[in-house]
Amino acid sequence: MQTLDPQAMAHISEVSVSVELQTADMTLNIGPQHPSTHGVLRLVAKVDGERVSSVEPVIGYMHRGYEKLAEVRTYPQITALVNRIDWVSGFANEIPFVVAAERLMGLEVPERAQYIRLILTEMARISSHLIFMSSYPLEIGAATPLMHALRERERVLDLLESVTGGRFHPNFNRLGGVKPAAGAGAQTKKVVQDLPAGFLADTRAAMGKVRDICDDLEGLVTGNEIFQARTIGVGIMPADKAAAFGVSGPNLRASGPDYDLRKHADYLPYDRFDFEVPIGRNGDCFDRYRVRLEEIRQAASIIVQAVDSIPSGPLQAKVPKIIKVPEGEVYVRAENPKGEMGYHLVSDGGRMPYRLKVRSASFSNLSVLPWLLEGQLVPDLIAILGSLDFVLGDVDR
Amino acid sequence: MTTRSVIPGLAKGMWITLKTLFKRVPTVQYPLEKEIPVPRARGVIALDVEACTVCMLCARECPDWCIYIEGHKEEQPPSKPGGRPRTRATLDRFDIDYALCMYCGICVEVCPFDALFWSPEFEYSEYGISEMLHDKERLTDWLATVPDPPSLES
Amino acid sequence: MIVVFGIGFWAGLALKIGIMAAIVPVVALPIIFAELKLSAHMQHRIGPYFAGGKFGWAQPLADGLKFFQKEDLVPDSADKVVYKIAPYLVLAAALAVFVVIPFGPDLIGRDLDLGIFFALAISSVSTIGILIAGWSSGNKYSLIGGLRAAAQLIAYELPLFLAVVGVVIQAETMSMIGIIDAQQTYEVFGLFAIPYIIPQFVGFVIFFIAALAELSRTPFDMPIAESELVMGYLTEYSGFRFAVFFIGEYIGIFTMSAIMATLWMGGYDPLFFDLASLSDVAANVIGPLVLFGKVAILVFLMIWMRWTFPRFREDQLQDLAWKWLIPIGLMNIAVTAIFKVVL
Repeated sequence: MQTLDPQAMAHISEVSVSVELQTADMTLNIGPQHPSTHGVLRLVAKVDGERVSSVEPVIGYMHRGYEKLAEVRTYPQITALVNRIDWVSGFANEIPFVVAAERLMGLEVPERAQYIRLILTEMARISSHLIFMSSYPLEIGAATPLMHALRERERVLDLLESVTGGRFHPNFNRLGGVKPAAGAGAQTKKVVQDLPAGFLADTRAAMGKVRDICDDLEGLVTGNEIFQARTIGVGIMPADKAAAFGVSGPNLRASGPDYDLRKHADYLPYDRFDFEVPIGRNGDCFDRYRVRLEEIRQAASIIVQAVDSIPSGPLQAKVPKIIKVPEGEVYVRAENPKGEMGYHLVSDGGRMPYRLKVRSASFSNLSVLPWLLEGQLVPDLIAILGSLDFVLGDVDR
Repeated sequence: MTTRSVIPGLAKGMWITLKTLFKRVPTVQYPLEKEIPVPRARGVIALDVEACTVCMLCARECPDWCIYIEGHKEEQPPSKPGGRPRTRATLDRFDIDYALCMYCGICVEVCPFDALFWSPEFEYSEYGISEMLHDKERLTDWLATVPDPPSLES
Repeated sequence: MIVVFGIGFWAGLALKIGIMAAIVPVVALPIIFAELKLSAHMQHRIGPYFAGGKFGWAQPLADGLKFFQKEDLVPDSADKVVYKIAPYLVLAAALAVFVVIPFGPDLIGRDLDLGIFFALAISSVSTIGILIAGWSSGNKYSLIGGLRAAAQLIAYELPLFLAVVGVVIQAETMSMIGIIDAQQTYEVFGLFAIPYIIPQFVGFVIFFIAALAELSRTPFDMPIAESELVMGYLTEYSGFRFAVFFIGEYIGIFTMSAIMATLWMGGYDPLFFDLASLSDVAANVIGPLVLFGKVAILVFLMIWMRWTFPRFREDQLQDLAWKWLIPIGLMNIAVTAIFKVVL
């Protein structure tokens, strides 16, 4: 029989208070089919109650082999393929690829074509960020911003469609310019495919509407205290950590670095326009949201400036009928809505690339997940996952 | 979460939803009313059989090879008496498999004889995937729906 | 009170049961329709449109019919008996509250002395239904959802009761009819009754927030948080059993709103004239209409909030209950008691 020594009892009670009950972790498979994984991302999470102890992202459910596919396709065919990598900003995906091929060929792209490319790229950025603005509050639990943001996104997509003929997959870029002539849309064939009449005025009006929806979203989402409680201080990503993981785009800028390829690279004439690069301070989910909202406004301002100053002229440089890209290699990167998108193009002088390496933004942004999600709560896991704004096509390619 | 900041943000959001509640809804009720697609919209590809010379360029350039063409050469009587008889390529089969097509428009662009056109028609969904294969006759029918090109921004 | 329209006890009881049986399933349908239609327009959509010809008014019926047609799926890993019972437990709890809801001076199942106590106690039974639904589904998401629901409902029972205590102190009764009568004082120039929403506003707000949590409605819908837990404890349910959960949820909205309307807004009493001055029949016809009007206001408020707000996190929800609502509720009781003694 044990003696009831008060000293020993005190010791025991102290220990038993500070010791936590050891329970087995539960493995929770989030995805590949789950409302918040944006398609087919799978997260194998070890959870202890609501606390996530470790997360392992499993990707590849959507691998379509674009890099290999590009080796057996001619250059014009590849432009039709690459806009399917990140399908919510299809036009922006085409740009770095055509610029890479043009650099190898030494083509000078006409001014007007460059401006059209720039306007449509920024439209793709707006449409991509509006998707984020709709899906992110939904993940936090608010369903209404979804419909409001998608309603305005429709205006932007309509404009894209009126120029290119496609809402998601424009395939409007050609080596040396934009599609100058095609049979598209007429019995009288080979018509010039410049901007349709009224496009510039419609764009100005639509950009006003886009600014309005930004104000609406400020009231509906940004200012909402519940939303702030859910996002401020959640999923903090310090700038050095973000850079180490290769995070780019709005996710990186939310952590502080003023790193925007529109300012630092010269793939499109962004230096002629006056715009700010919004940056965040804390690198939490709220900052990532705020940076994107501000980027929509900046993109609208760039578009209005470009529309006001668009030069006239040809749309296409002189290109041979059968396109062969001279031997060599080039890496072109661009600031896509999701982050830094790069194409490393190696040509052996033939009609098809020897190798095309795609550096997609979402893939690198996703690599920070296991580090970022460790020790978070399940609701925060969803909030952080959503705030990274990835597209599975962009991750798996 | 301080009580002072709780009221305005929540109330503002509720004001926005209340305002929206009384706005006119912009929905287009699809089967009842239709939005007119822009003339450049890539809906369906129309074929002008007369113009086609069976050159196979479109079938070759198609990124996912969804165009099937067969043809044969036909002896044509000489245009002038005593002239040389000519051969003319005749189209036997021209099928586009819309289940495979990715609507890139390369075929329309490369056609050197103006035989392919884009039409913005989009109502050709089917219950079976094999029905998505449009043959020569069906593609020719679409020709009537091809609109005039839009006027251009000066 | 027992004698309705001058008929006997048993006939009156049968009539009451008949009326209740007719009303209870029907009250859920307009609320479901209002939810569909209002949420749609708040989101700039049309919402239900075709069912029933005009405005899609038959959409809830059509949805219900669809649920009836579906296969009754029971997951392999489910605890079958418990899994099958759970929805009916939730529905039974929601229905039992109707016993004490006064629709008119005589239209009440039973005017219990402990009316409000009974209502809140019996509505907590649904927690058990939700918990066993989450546990027995054999699904990890369901389990998390069920446990979240249990934690949430236990935390919010407390502010719910504390908010009611203020009213009970002021009315000096727990009987629902008694509380309504206590509000019919016609103190203001002998014209208007003062519903308790004015003296007990703090209690009303606490009760409203706690009721939202109790009903698992946004911003407290973590148990079924769609983006996190797929559908929480409802994930594995389909067909008729899902419909039972669904109806139970909307009946819960009605009963909670009816309790709020009774306790704070004077219930079936129109507030600006005395129902007692009318004939018995007229009072029992106007009474329910007045109550439904008040319920409609509260339901609109709930729908409006649901489609505007995001949801809290689980720990923030507990914070709100334990650090804010319960202390404020206790203070409200103290202040009410002091005023009651002083005045």
